[in-house]
Amino acid sequence: MIDLIDIRKVFNVGRPNEFRAVNGVTLSIEQGKISVLKGPSGSGKTTLLSMMGCMSRPTSGRIKVCGVKISGIAQDGDRAIEVTSLPERFLTEVRRKTFGFIFQQSNLIRGITVIENVMLPAYPYGAKHSDLRVRAMSLLKLFNISDHALHRAEWLSGGEAQRATIARALMNDPFAIIADEPTAHLDTKLSREFMEIVARLKEDGKTALIASHDPIVYESPVVDRVVSMRDGMLVPD
Amino acid sequence: MGIKPFRKSGIFLCFIAVSLLLVSVMFVYAFFRVRSDAGTIIRQSEIVKELQLTDLCLFTEARYTRNPSQADLHAAFQDHPVSIEHFPAGSLVMPPECLRRINGKVN
Amino acid sequence: MGKSIERQRNIIDFTLSSLLRRKGKNISLMIVYTVIVFVLASVMFFTHSIKKEAHLILKDAPEMVVQKMIAGRHELIPEGYMEKIRGIRGVGSVQGRLWGYYFDPTVGANYTLLVPQDRKIESGEIIIGNGISRSRLAYEGDIIGFRSYDGSPMNLAIKEILSYDSELVSSDLVLISRDDFMTLFGMPKGHFTDLALSVRNPRELPTIAQKISDLLPDTRPIIRNEIERTYDSVFDWRGGVMVLILSTALLSFVIFAWEKASGLSADEKREIGILKGLGWETSDVIMIKFWEGVVVSLSSFLVGIILAYIHVFFTHAPLFEHTLKGWAILYPEFRLTPFVDAYQIFTLFFLTVVPYTVATIIPAWRAATVDPDSAMRT
Repeated sequence: MIDLIDIRKVFNVGRPNEFRAVNGVTLSIEQGKISVLKGPSGSGKTTLLSMMGCMSRPTSGRIKVCGVKISGIAQDGDRAIEVTSLPERFLTEVRRKTFGFIFQQSNLIRGITVIENVMLPAYPYGAKHSDLRVRAMSLLKLFNISDHALHRAEWLSGGEAQRATIARALMNDPFAIIADEPTAHLDTKLSREFMEIVARLKEDGKTALIASHDPIVYESPVVDRVVSMRDGMLVPD
Repeated sequence: MGIKPFRKSGIFLCFIAVSLLLVSVMFVYAFFRVRSDAGTIIRQSEIVKELQLTDLCLFTEARYTRNPSQADLHAAFQDHPVSIEHFPAGSLVMPPECLRRINGKVN
Repeated sequence: MGKSIERQRNIIDFTLSSLLRRKGKNISLMIVYTVIVFVLASVMFFTHSIKKEAHLILKDAPEMVVQKMIAGRHELIPEGYMEKIRGIRGVGSVQGRLWGYYFDPTVGANYTLLVPQDRKIESGEIIIGNGISRSRLAYEGDIIGFRSYDGSPMNLAIKEILSYDSELVSSDLVLISRDDFMTLFGMPKGHFTDLALSVRNPRELPTIAQKISDLLPDTRPIIRNEIERTYDSVFDWRGGVMVLILSTALLSFVIFAWEKASGLSADEKREIGILKGLGWETSDVIMIKFWEGVVVSLSSFLVGIILAYIHVFFTHAPLFEHTLKGWAILYPEFRLTPFVDAYQIFTLFFLTVVPYTVATIIPAWRAATVDPDSAMRT
């Protein structure tokens, strides 16, 4: 699980265009549950997600991640790591093991094959290429796009690309999936398909954290908890 | 997806390895050729000594290109002081050192 | 260790996939690059070998040659000078050299006629170099007709042909007897073409040369190391053709580097953003750019120098032959001994591979350091 304690993020500190994106958020994300961050654009959802995913550091506050074993760091019984005070090199390992990201655009790299796209998150870490290939293929099979493995990424349809993106997010077998407006460019049918995939992930014990203002997402029965956000702060429902 | 394809990085690294091997062969071959050609070179230097030659027979177009080390100042400018070089060899060989000396330093 | 190798290999895999996306452009780039390296390396190999050979072959050239000058031109030197020079302290022996040029209209070639000091040649006979034999199809026993200075014919029989091995120095030589030489050229008695000296102490050469100039102001002494150094400046980078070749190569390089350094396209920036978003570090992205540079430049470099080596040492440098031959009819056949200098190869490597790789990495630096957070906000 992920604990956020009084998180604040301020951009351009001290300058005339100082901007408080996140203004004191305290939140606990439960393991194995699907949580949705609901709110209009500009509410600070993306910033919050990025901090939770260890992609950026908060200006103040603490973030604790539990449940993931990281070599080289002393951890207590429930394996809690305080991410905010970790040096950079450990942070990347935490990020890699803990989170898989799904962005608004499918963001597959054009010109290279689908399977290579899926393997990309694991490339810098020196695992054996053949192992990576096997894993990527099994993920593609899982999402029924294994026939496209050697096709170029731009040949996939919208739905197939979305599934490839999810496969990619699962490449490093992360503890949690973080998705930022995943259905923004999908039609209704594909959005519902996306939520079905989320349901399957939940069955597999994965944690998911989705930022979305799409009702198909936050009103889905799969979702365990919805948290509203506005102007950098949580809003009680 | 049965067959295992060749990895691109494998092909590339193989190519580099083979090339580096060829480059080292270049050096090894040169080493042995220098040894085996030593006789020819000695014979040539003996002829040079016997006949008191001063130049290699590389450019037989004109007298000053044939013996560049013996060339005098006029040869290259025989037509006119600022005439353009007649022969291609002139763009390959500079005038001999003694003509290029200015104040005792070679230009 | 294994992990780092795998890591690099994975990155290379991605880099190669990325380069293959624009096959046409990258392949043409590599071809041009290879051609540039090929030309530069060919020039390098050829000139280095020739210079080395020249040094080795000419090391026993006459220690000093004394020419007489009139109005700046090389003129015949009178016998009397020999005694005067012999009188200088440190001079060992002085010999008069008889040599000159003869133009043969039947083949349009220039020959060098020489009276050898030690070899005895009978009147009416000559010993010729292999190049002459080839161009006139003349062999032992054949007769070559010469035209004397006064127009009268002089027929000389070929006694011997100098060995093929010595073509580089003797290809155009005609060794002739002293009497025939004097008759053929109408050489005035008591004169030589120039004088060849040997000295007791080679270190004294410059001093003795100075003394000779002082004693005989109308002479020009040429000492042995000046003879050798003539060939050091053969194919000098300042020479006409060389400047052309080098500036073309340099210009092409500048164009490459400029193209690379003018920054990344929007697509490239976006892709880097995606990679950062997927968890790639700045160092990983820089690695991609590094390998991009290395794949192109190292491959081209290696292929270029291997081809250049084959070109110069196995096929007699056909590309340069034209320039070297110039307008000459007689051109020696010789196999260049491959003197290769590792230092030069490394220099060429540093001048080609390193700048290109750096030019590929630097513009990507900025984009590579983008905060992964911004990748989420496309």
